[in-house]
Amino acid sequence: MGELRIQGLTAAVAGRQILNGVDLVVKSGEVHAVMGPNGAGKSTLSHVLMGKPGYTVTGGSVMIDGVDLLALPTYERAKAGLFLAMQYPVEVPGVSLEELLTEALSAQGRDASVVHTAVAAEAERIGLATRLLDRPVNVDLSGGEKKRNETMQLAVLRPKFAILDELDSGLDVDALRACSRRVEAATTEFDLGVLAITHYSRLLEELKPDVVHVLAQGRIVSSGGPELADELERTGYAEWVEEEAPAPAADPFADPFADPFA
Amino acid sequence: MSSPQWLVDRRSAAAQTGEFVMPSTDEEVWRYSRVADLQLTDWTVVSDRSEGVPAEAATLLESLGHLAGAVVVRNGAVVASRVDDALAAKGVYVGSIVDGPDAESALGVVADGGPDVFGRLNDANFLDGVLVHVPAGVTVDAPVAIIDWIDIEGAAVYPRLVVRVGADADVRVLDWHGSTDVAAFIAPLVELDVDRAGRLSYGNVQLRGPRVWQIASQVSRVRNDGTLTSSHAGLGCDYGRMRTDCRLVGRGATGNLSAVYFGHDSQTLDFRTFQKHDAPDTNSNLLFKGAVGGHSRSVYTGLIRVEKEARGTNAFQTNRNLKLSDTAWAESVPNLEIETNDVKCSHASTVGPVDEEQVFYLESRGVPTEIAERLIVAGFFDEVLEEFPVAAAVPLIAAAIDERLDAGVN
Ligand SMILES: Nc1ncnc2c1ncn2[C@@H]1O[C@H](COP(=O)(O)OP(=O)(O)O)[C@@H](O)[C@H]1O
Ligand SMILES: [Mg+2]
Repeated sequence: MGELRIQGLTAAVAGRQILNGVDLVVKSGEVHAVMGPNGAGKSTLSHVLMGKPGYTVTGGSVMIDGVDLLALPTYERAKAGLFLAMQYPVEVPGVSLEELLTEALSAQGRDASVVHTAVAAEAERIGLATRLLDRPVNVDLSGGEKKRNETMQLAVLRPKFAILDELDSGLDVDALRACSRRVEAATTEFDLGVLAITHYSRLLEELKPDVVHVLAQGRIVSSGGPELADELERTGYAEWVEEEAPAPAADPFADPFADPFA
Repeated sequence: MSSPQWLVDRRSAAAQTGEFVMPSTDEEVWRYSRVADLQLTDWTVVSDRSEGVPAEAATLLESLGHLAGAVVVRNGAVVASRVDDALAAKGVYVGSIVDGPDAESALGVVADGGPDVFGRLNDANFLDGVLVHVPAGVTVDAPVAIIDWIDIEGAAVYPRLVVRVGADADVRVLDWHGSTDVAAFIAPLVELDVDRAGRLSYGNVQLRGPRVWQIASQVSRVRNDGTLTSSHAGLGCDYGRMRTDCRLVGRGATGNLSAVYFGHDSQTLDFRTFQKHDAPDTNSNLLFKGAVGGHSRSVYTGLIRVEKEARGTNAFQTNRNLKLSDTAWAESVPNLEIETNDVKCSHASTVGPVDEEQVFYLESRGVPTEIAERLIVAGFFDEVLEEFPVAAAVPLIAAAIDERLDAGVN
């Protein structure tokens, strides 16, 4: 049984500290939901885990089965078993889906001859129209099609752990059901561990979380069972959003016409 | 085979039109060029006729599949030509210009001495010209290929090609510029003439050796409702320049101009384009996409010129450049000159590295960085290659691009 272990993770973007010590342990086959207000650092967490350029880790550690992910370049993190379904999947003109998956599997020393059939089978299962499979990756796909495409790639690549960054945004009800069911099935099919970042509990109707966490101000501020998701839906995140910082002492040189609310 | 008297006279007339003064880089159209490094006296004009089809040219022709006609030109001399009998019976001509129909009137009609001194030099020095002539109403189903091959060290060669497409006729032409690894100076002049509702798709592959200097000019004229599609792949040469003058002279004429180019080592690839709208309701679309690696440089300058009479014109110009190394350099200067209000015009130009977000996306799936960049660069050219006029040439161009990527471009 594997685990994704995040300990005391702190990270900065553009010189600003966004993650302030994240602790999370996801075991194979488990689903952990991470919920939180806009700007809490959820996408930042997903990017830092995958090693996106521009994010600086300032402390802490991330391990998959004892492998230190933070020491690895992005593609080796994928090889170690991590997958990120992006909130905004990137269009890559001129690169086909099959090319991408073939290169991904071969680089990991895995059998790439299965790509064509695996893609066809998964696309059918997730309800991604086959005519879209010949397009360059994500090019001219709708928001919903992109998310189905992310899910399809996840299913073909069969990682150990998947981070889903707002997989539910931009999805209609049918697509949401198809994608969340596919991921849920993966947790038993290949023992996938899931870190599902979401705003809303509707993703979690089909993708049943074992644990729900609240991320606010760059750290996990609360964890609980599935009932926490419903509670958050009702009450919102006000409880965890910090009070406004006290106003700084008046600056004698300040512009008297400046907008005080800026 | 010797030239007929009219051609001899024509050459000497051209030679006497005045001194051949090298252009200055102070002229906008020669800015960023390497013309200042050119010494014409370093090169010897080829006057002996080469013979025999080089093995490389034969292999190339074979790899292109079925062709309606083919010409092999070696160091400026036509050494072989053929055309399908059925087409010849319909008046299609593919071969040396002197034996072609209306040979004397075919030459220079479109180029009119060429846009610069190198056009005049071509007029004065070309050995044989090639003529592809398709009479009105004839559709040529398979492509016509011209292999222009250079294999003399130190040569100055002036290849000449005239493609004349009659009213409502249709043809695809591949013009392959190759060479062995010689140092040579080559100044091709290409004239493309498309009559009413004619359709010409012309693909030019420039894969000369790495010590070649080429200064090429392509001049075209498209009449009413005619369509010219001209694509270029610029990969070879030490200095490889191509100037394109596309004149849309008849109402409803269309010019589709595209190019891919990929520089490495210390190459300079230099492109100047002129989309000239002389008549109403004319359309031009230009898409030039290039990548520069190593210490290479690319230059693109383009002008859309819309005359007062050219109401209802659509003219678009896009130049995109990938800068693959810190030491590579790409210049991109688009320009518009519009004399009427009734037009849709736009131009766009970009120079930048491979998109970091795209690389990250592919890497996040497990694709190693280098392969990710490679896929993106190769894919960058797809948009143009998919539309390349002679499909059989595309795998050859793609292979040359792959070879370049294999060698590493940083
Ligand atoms: N690339 C970036 N450059 C600058 N600021 C960033 C960048 N990415 C995220 N941030 C900032 O980090 C904070 C957290 O953003 P994000 O992780 O996207 O939040 P969430 O996904 O929870 O809505 C925000 O204040 C955001 O403006
Ligand atoms: Mg987010």
